[in-house]
Amino acid sequence: MAVSIGELLLVPENVMLSTDTDILKTAEAWRRQGRGVAIATVVETWGSAPRPVGSHLVIDEETKFLGSVSGGCVEGAVITEALDVIADGKPRMIEFGVADETAWQVGLSCGGRIRVYVERVD
Amino acid sequence: MRLSLLSDLNAERSARRAAVLVTDVASGEQRLVREAEVEGDPLAQELQGALRRGKSGLIDQDGRQFFLTVQAPPVRVVVIGAVHISQALAPMAKGLDLDVTIIDPRTAFATPERFPDVPVLAEWPDAVLPEIGIDRYTAVVALTHDPKIDDPALIAALRSECFYIGALGSRKTHERRVQRLTEAGFGEADFARIHAPIGLDIGAVSPAEIAVSILAEIVASLRKERRRTA
Repeated sequence: MAVSIGELLLVPENVMLSTDTDILKTAEAWRRQGRGVAIATVVETWGSAPRPVGSHLVIDEETKFLGSVSGGCVEGAVITEALDVIADGKPRMIEFGVADETAWQVGLSCGGRIRVYVERVD
Repeated sequence: MRLSLLSDLNAERSARRAAVLVTDVASGEQRLVREAEVEGDPLAQELQGALRRGKSGLIDQDGRQFFLTVQAPPVRVVVIGAVHISQALAPMAKGLDLDVTIIDPRTAFATPERFPDVPVLAEWPDAVLPEIGIDRYTAVVALTHDPKIDDPALIAALRSECFYIGALGSRKTHERRVQRLTEAGFGEADFARIHAPIGLDIGAVSPAEIAVSILAEIVASLRKERRRTA
């Protein structure tokens, strides 16, 4: 079976459906295990955005993740960014949307725009 | 985010207390403001508004931009009756991030074997509800069909600010219920809060289908503001 690099990289930690409660608890648990962890949060949306402001995605240094910031459209890019945040500890604000030059790769097909804040758990 | 801050935020959630995480998005500086501390915070007014709306969001203050992560307590569903419908409802509710508690004084029904994943209290509702505390993030669902058990729970729910009250039973059963509650001193405004017959009308037949209709009605009450046809 052909598997893309993207699919290989993005391994959800838990195949079960995760809730808001699980997501931040998982972030805490992962950090206590000594893993590098970042939290991505949707801070602003325009138009028809798939996930509301305040939605979280947590990522560890091995690209395991839980939660979502979109309907699966930009998670890959957020996870890549999160690895840099875990590495250097500097929070970042990233924006996705149809106006984005990378729209064809990681844009939101729904036509919405979102801003995502990514921070490391120290 | 400091781990201690994340840990405090999770602790507030577990204790069913509201809290706001304030993040200066330019500097990354953060603080956690618990519900009881809001009044003394420099952003008191903004925090109060955000808590009232229950919505996270960005605010601008003196040229600085802050993101407010608003954490309302998890929504809880208190189910009266450890019955077949409740067995179907408990696992579905978990998937919706709803905290379920089952109450039924009949010890043959209220067993952990029948409800492996949620707290089951073999107590009378009027004895145990004051302890649990019904707040505005709570839904109360009466499913025993037995007025001796359901009525005290409905009375406690009507006296609280819970956001949803539902009671199983036909229209006839509900008429008799309204009669009893009238004698107990309740009026039209109270009866309007009770969803009876319980659940959205999807023609549900099986316990699982009835559970879907009840949970759908709870979500509809919770998300009232977003509904296209209120």
